[in-house]
Amino acid sequence: MHMMYFTEQPMSAYDAKAGLAYGATALTFSNSHFDPVEGSRLYNEYLEDYLLAEEYGADGIMLNEHHNAPFCMQAKTNIFASILAATTKRVKIVILGNPLPLCDNPIRMAEELAMIDMISRGRLVPGFVRGGGQEQLASGVNPAYNRERFIEAHDLVQKIWSEPGPFRWEGTHYQHRTVNPWAVPMQKPYPRVWVPGVLSKETITWTAQQRYPYIALNTSIDHTREIWKQYSDTAADCGYTAGPENFGYLIRVHVQDTEEKALKNAREFMWMQGEFTGLAHPVWANPSGYFSPSGRRGFVQFATGRAVNPRGNPSFEEQIASTMIVAGTPDQVIEKLKYIVQNTRPGIMGIWANDGNVSREDRQRCIKLLCGEVMPAIKEYGKSLGLNDPWEANAPVHLRYSTDLKARAAAAE
Amino acid sequence: MSVVWTDTVKEIAGCKIHVSRAGTGPTVLVLHHDIGTPDRLPFYDALAANFDVIVPHHPGWGKSERPQWLRHPRDIAAMTTWLLAELDASDVSVVGLGFGGWIAAEMASQSPSTFRSMVLVAPMGIKPPEGFIADQAIVSYIDYPKSGFHDQAAFEAVYGGISVDQLEQWDICREMSFRTAWKPYMYSQTLPHLLGGVRAPSLVIWGDDDRIVPISAGHVYTRSLRNATMTTVAACGHFAEMEKPAEIAKLVTNFVNAS
Repeated sequence: MHMMYFTEQPMSAYDAKAGLAYGATALTFSNSHFDPVEGSRLYNEYLEDYLLAEEYGADGIMLNEHHNAPFCMQAKTNIFASILAATTKRVKIVILGNPLPLCDNPIRMAEELAMIDMISRGRLVPGFVRGGGQEQLASGVNPAYNRERFIEAHDLVQKIWSEPGPFRWEGTHYQHRTVNPWAVPMQKPYPRVWVPGVLSKETITWTAQQRYPYIALNTSIDHTREIWKQYSDTAADCGYTAGPENFGYLIRVHVQDTEEKALKNAREFMWMQGEFTGLAHPVWANPSGYFSPSGRRGFVQFATGRAVNPRGNPSFEEQIASTMIVAGTPDQVIEKLKYIVQNTRPGIMGIWANDGNVSREDRQRCIKLLCGEVMPAIKEYGKSLGLNDPWEANAPVHLRYSTDLKARAAAAE
Repeated sequence: MSVVWTDTVKEIAGCKIHVSRAGTGPTVLVLHHDIGTPDRLPFYDALAANFDVIVPHHPGWGKSERPQWLRHPRDIAAMTTWLLAELDASDVSVVGLGFGGWIAAEMASQSPSTFRSMVLVAPMGIKPPEGFIADQAIVSYIDYPKSGFHDQAAFEAVYGGISVDQLEQWDICREMSFRTAWKPYMYSQTLPHLLGGVRAPSLVIWGDDDRIVPISAGHVYTRSLRNATMTTVAACGHFAEMEKPAEIAKLVTNFVNAS
């Protein structure tokens, strides 16, 4: 099992009252509330945290990016990936992920990732995402072509990484007449691509068609099982059998020496009023054309206050009870994570460990206990259940490199 | 007086385009807003008392099929020109409403002798030298159309208790606006340079409380067209033909008849 440390890199040093007064903490909440002196402190502290996670035994550092909001300070995930490529020695650098549709030049994206892969000596996992609705609005990217751009940018990056240049690309959203970047990934045939997600069925199907691992982002156990079923059914259609190496699961966990302290800090997971991406108008998170037409009727009712949030808004206590958030001493956390692992059977696990305003001292104590005590125990447990990660399973990087496809395999490309 | 409307479907560029038509007299083509259009409006009925009125749904809006390849209001303009040919419509005057005004202006710029006369009601399509065209992407489906009325009672009179079907339609309209006019948002950088050739006498109408398209864009339209005059309507928002149907219909009728 591959176990990663993750944090949203919260910009916790902002005036929360100002956000509540404004009524939103995303997209249009003014960056006049961003204090760069505090930003500098936090960026450097988060770098320290990552190095500590490696020192104490994490297999990977999971990174992401968001825009225009205090809940995540990483505006460009490749910057932290670059720094970690040079400052860490062993951990995988797992980007979950680069929002491809935001990218107007996928060649540059392929170049940057190839450089990071080489500098890290082949430790990069360059995951890709569509990016949330607010990311499109923050970047001026047309949400109505989000999925088309995601797929086309992926296909171009994949071609850059797997075929010699120069070649020409005349697509719908991208046109490049001389594709020939002088930076290619060290890992062959190309670095493992993972795809995280929450809701979109189309993304689950596409990911299974590529045979890329799908990382469920803090979904409930039942919902996670539904995702695995949809993925597995698609995999069967493509001619392969999905296993733990195809599945990843991100869960919010906070560990301290006492349960009381762990619960106190874990409450910080609710710091954005329980909304992962901050308080926002629903049409920011889901601009027209961004989401599946099948969800249109339900969404317009939610967006106009006529229906409750389909994702619900469970309290902290409810999330603790349902294991959406895990907090406690190492022994307590290990016990709960074993239950979660047994019921979701992932080969990849992301631990989202510190959010909101947790002190530097407490963050680092959490990382030491998590990476030094919890992760080894869960990895051992995963091993007993046969939960292999993609490297342990020697899984093909993409469907096209499969050697085990059954005869009825459908062409996924 | 009840107006009898006939709905038909024409296949244009491989897509089924919905067209409503009523009345007799000189032909008037009406091009609707970015938020689509109710099937029937007092404004349409008022025009049909004097004219042969054609109201298509833009491709992808309302009851018209979506062309997946559609990328720009200029594409809609070309499809609408094609539609007029299919309908054997000649000597046509056009009334372009907001976003539909942009389409009308694109049609006229591509073929300067196309229209007998042109009425543009708060047209989008030109970057306002002062202010910005309101960004519907960051407000709710209801707040955006509401902001286009000076008097909220007028909004209520048209849309009343907003149905879920209407909300869905607004989401589809918004998606089509994004698909065709996302960047630059709701204007063309080249259109102002191409309007000078238009032969049709033109009337530019603006509500004095338009919170969606700044009136400064209207001044640019009026200057750029070779034969245009401008008039404002008091106590009126962007969706002028819905807020002041009789007044706008009278302005249109007098102008078209005089042209």
